Amino acid sequence: MILAVPSGARQGEVTGPEMLHGAPQQQNAADPIIRLPTPVAYADNQVGTKLPSVQRASLWGVGVSASTGRNAIDVREVRKVFGAGEGQVTALDTVSVSIRENEFFTLLGPSGCGKTTLLRLIAGFEFPTDGQILLYGEDIALLPPFKRPVNTVFQSYALFPHMTVAENIGFGLEMLGKSRAEIDSRTADMLKLVQMEQLAKRRTSEISGGQQQRVALARALAPQPKVLLLDEPLSALDYKLRKEMQIELKQLQHETGITFIFVTHDQEEALTMSDRIAVMSAGKILQIGSPHEIYEHPAERFVAGFIGETNFLQAEVATLSDGRATVTLPSGRQIKAGVPDRFEPRGTVSLAVRPELAQLAPADDKATLTGVVNHLVYLGTDTHFHVRLDSGETFIVRRQNSSGGVSDIAIGDRVGIMVGESAAQIMKD
Amino acid sequence: MARAQEIANQAERKDIRNRWILSAPALLIILFAATGPLLIVLVYSFLTPGPYGDVKWQFSWDAWTSVLLERDIFDDTLSLADAHLSILWRSVRLALGTTVLTALFGFPTAYFIATRPAGSRDIWLFLITIPFWTNLLIRTFAVLEIIRNEGIVNSLLIKLGVIQQPIQMLFTDFAIMIGMVYVYLPLMVLPLYASMEKIDFRLVEAGYDLYATRFKVLRRIIFPLVKPGVIAGSILVFIPSLGAYVTPSVLGGGKNMMLGNLIELQFGQGRNWPLGGALSITLMLIVMVALLAYVRNAGTAEVRHG
Amino acid sequence: MARYFSVQHQPGFTAMAVICFVALYAPILILVVYAFNGGESIASWQGFSLRWFEKAWNNEQVIGASWRSVKIASAAAVLATIAATMAALATTRTKPYRGLTLKYAFINQPLMVPEIVTAVALLIFFSRIKVATGYSGLGYLIIAHTAFCIPFAYLPIRARLESMNLTLEQAAADLYATPWMTFRRITLPLLWPGILAGLMLAFVISLDDVVITNFVKSGGQDTLPTYMLGQLRRAITPEMNAISTVFLLLSVGIVTLFFFVSRKRD
Repeated sequence: MILAVPSGARQGEVTGPEMLHGAPQQQNAADPIIRLPTPVAYADNQVGTKLPSVQRASLWGVGVSASTGRNAIDVREVRKVFGAGEGQVTALDTVSVSIRENEFFTLLGPSGCGKTTLLRLIAGFEFPTDGQILLYGEDIALLPPFKRPVNTVFQSYALFPHMTVAENIGFGLEMLGKSRAEIDSRTADMLKLVQMEQLAKRRTSEISGGQQQRVALARALAPQPKVLLLDEPLSALDYKLRKEMQIELKQLQHETGITFIFVTHDQEEALTMSDRIAVMSAGKILQIGSPHEIYEHPAERFVAGFIGETNFLQAEVATLSDGRATVTLPSGRQIKAGVPDRFEPRGTVSLAVRPELAQLAPADDKATLTGVVNHLVYLGTDTHFHVRLDSGETFIVRRQNSSGGVSDIAIGDRVGIMVGESAAQIMKD
Repeated sequence: MARAQEIANQAERKDIRNRWILSAPALLIILFAATGPLLIVLVYSFLTPGPYGDVKWQFSWDAWTSVLLERDIFDDTLSLADAHLSILWRSVRLALGTTVLTALFGFPTAYFIATRPAGSRDIWLFLITIPFWTNLLIRTFAVLEIIRNEGIVNSLLIKLGVIQQPIQMLFTDFAIMIGMVYVYLPLMVLPLYASMEKIDFRLVEAGYDLYATRFKVLRRIIFPLVKPGVIAGSILVFIPSLGAYVTPSVLGGGKNMMLGNLIELQFGQGRNWPLGGALSITLMLIVMVALLAYVRNAGTAEVRHG
Repeated sequence: MARYFSVQHQPGFTAMAVICFVALYAPILILVVYAFNGGESIASWQGFSLRWFEKAWNNEQVIGASWRSVKIASAAAVLATIAATMAALATTRTKPYRGLTLKYAFINQPLMVPEIVTAVALLIFFSRIKVATGYSGLGYLIIAHTAFCIPFAYLPIRARLESMNLTLEQAAADLYATPWMTFRRITLPLLWPGILAGLMLAFVISLDDVVITNFVKSGGQDTLPTYMLGQLRRAITPEMNAISTVFLLLSVGIVTLFFFVSRKRD
């Protein structure tokens, strides 16, 4: 009534505690609830400089072994449509992704791309129109959120205003029916984890934004979920605090071994923190890969443009061999370019070239491209040269500034640009 | 899987069903003790009056014709019922008058409150709300005390030598009007205030920047912006003043009847329940017309929730 | 004299507003002052005295009527608030569904129909029931009051509910709270100021009602307002002033409380 929450499948009402700590082998076929891996002793790890000296591992009674090799979350062919008839909106258009245990996985994309919708589907606030969502192999798509061992850190934090910090953190455990002693002890641990012990008795409206964020994090971690969902949790923080929290979150994930699924529209943030990234746009997943792969080998124009800066060039495919192509530029010169997996480029294609992978050179026959510098942007660490190519387009070259150097190249100079063997990448559209 | 869609639909249906169950008590109570009985009034308006009040279960158009027409007892011809018409006319006249006057007085008052600094604004709101929650009867009584022949106004004027004899203010249309304006003024101020609070004064600044005078700004910028509030306030004042009963009873005496008093009469001495019913329905109809006008206007002016 | 141009200033408005405020309070204040008049009539002030208060205090009818008013108002306010809370939960924070506008109109219906019409309707309806069942206790008054108090309780509760972000309840569900636990631990505590405000509003409205009560009551079932109405139509003594003053104090007290409750939520 108050929540539009599906009541979901009713077979085998399993309460929270069993789900979290791994029910003993329940072979009951009618029981759709997760059979979780049995707890494994967690190996000690190095503790980061900002963290308390208490071994974080001991806070996590249940560690997740790095070697079960199972996927924490499997999203299979999921579609989500809102509304009906004319006003219908397809938020997710048949997306599939597998997220591994222990992974820091990021959903990256501009507003409206469907990343938050996907997160909410995993959390249980929406039903998929089609497709399956599996948690450790069990379909949870129809379970209400309070039956999923998955917790969320909301973008607005959603801290309960009428409760203190400690009460907020202990809420999930209270709902799971834990004993007072256990709730108190776990809450104390969490407070220590996020360094908020002093503020335990404060009302949540009386603490700063950064502190609220930590409380939200502690609250979601307290019940020891298998998967932690984070919905743009850092977007309300100022720059410096954001940077600090990014590192802390990364360390936290590493220490605890919980699978983090992180949603953001900030590509820099995604690159900094993630083990793997899924780039989304308009309800589809365009590319999944490590930050390195996404950045160096963007498969699509959108991905190349969204992550970092890119130059785009037109070219004709000449030959293909061994996953690399030789293409002819309008100027007649030929260069090698990388090719996305399982893609056969033909005819005219778009090339993506990162500004820092191109070099300035004398404007002679050996240069791949030639043009005139029409804009210089000095950025302290490097300088961007905006070059108007002979073919008419603008090409940006980024060059690190050497010490004491006034730039030897000025606006109006004619320059050449070298595009090396591994600098160009063919786009999939 | 179509099954997921199915479950989603089922959940939605259950949600809606829950909502109906939740709202059931309120709806039932109102149906039983507010809306339902209105239908009974309609039925009764088509029956014949019984000898000691109540009704005889006999169909008759008499009540409805009596609303506007009366039958001459001698030659059985129908002619306009002067008494009823004058009461109807008085009701409409006084209700409109009250609405206009409360709007005139209420507009500057609401504006004043809306333009106070944030701290003191709450206090002013509080001050205007108190009379609103004071019993209608007490407020009417207060007006009575003032305009009586032995009341404050007359005593003061006599003491100052302005007049020799007390002015008869009580038991006139004038008294009823004053009473109603006094009673319903807060009802006009509150919705007006709600509208005015939302005025973006940057628009007013723009008006001044473009050479408008104060009056022009008031007429062309401020007034259109608060029109929804004016309309809401007018409706909130017009409807109760049209059906006013206590105020004209206390301040008008038995002679200056308004529609409400006429209706009461049918259930007391008049012993004509069907007529009372017909008159009530008539009042309802006038009110509904006024509400429709409001809804149409409000629909084009501003969208309110609900 | 340098006076900054004030964008907000409109000539004469402040003066008119002040006059209105004075005019609104003057009659009431005069009324209250004369409750303490030692003399018989309002025309002459004969020293400070509490005799009218004493007279009212000893007047059985007044006490009986007051007590009845409070009983009815308490019952009606509680019932109306419960019904209104449930109705508000049912009609708020949802996408429009079939029947929602109808429901909303229904709940607010008592506000849109002139009181006299409802009074008449209830008179007719209840008189039939009285004949059929022979019951003529306070029940009719209580249910009639509950009905018209519901929209008044509904408004502040709905307003409060609308301002509450659904995300909080989602967070609770995310943290393993069942829908009932979510309601008990999150929704209800946060909604409580609105419910209290609704309760107080309903109480005052019921206390103040005169028209419907006058029509629906059986003989000897006077509430304070209907007693006063009867007196006003006959003889007026300063005893009325005394009763009014006490009544005023009660209403003002409750409204002040209401203001505090509605303000402290942030």
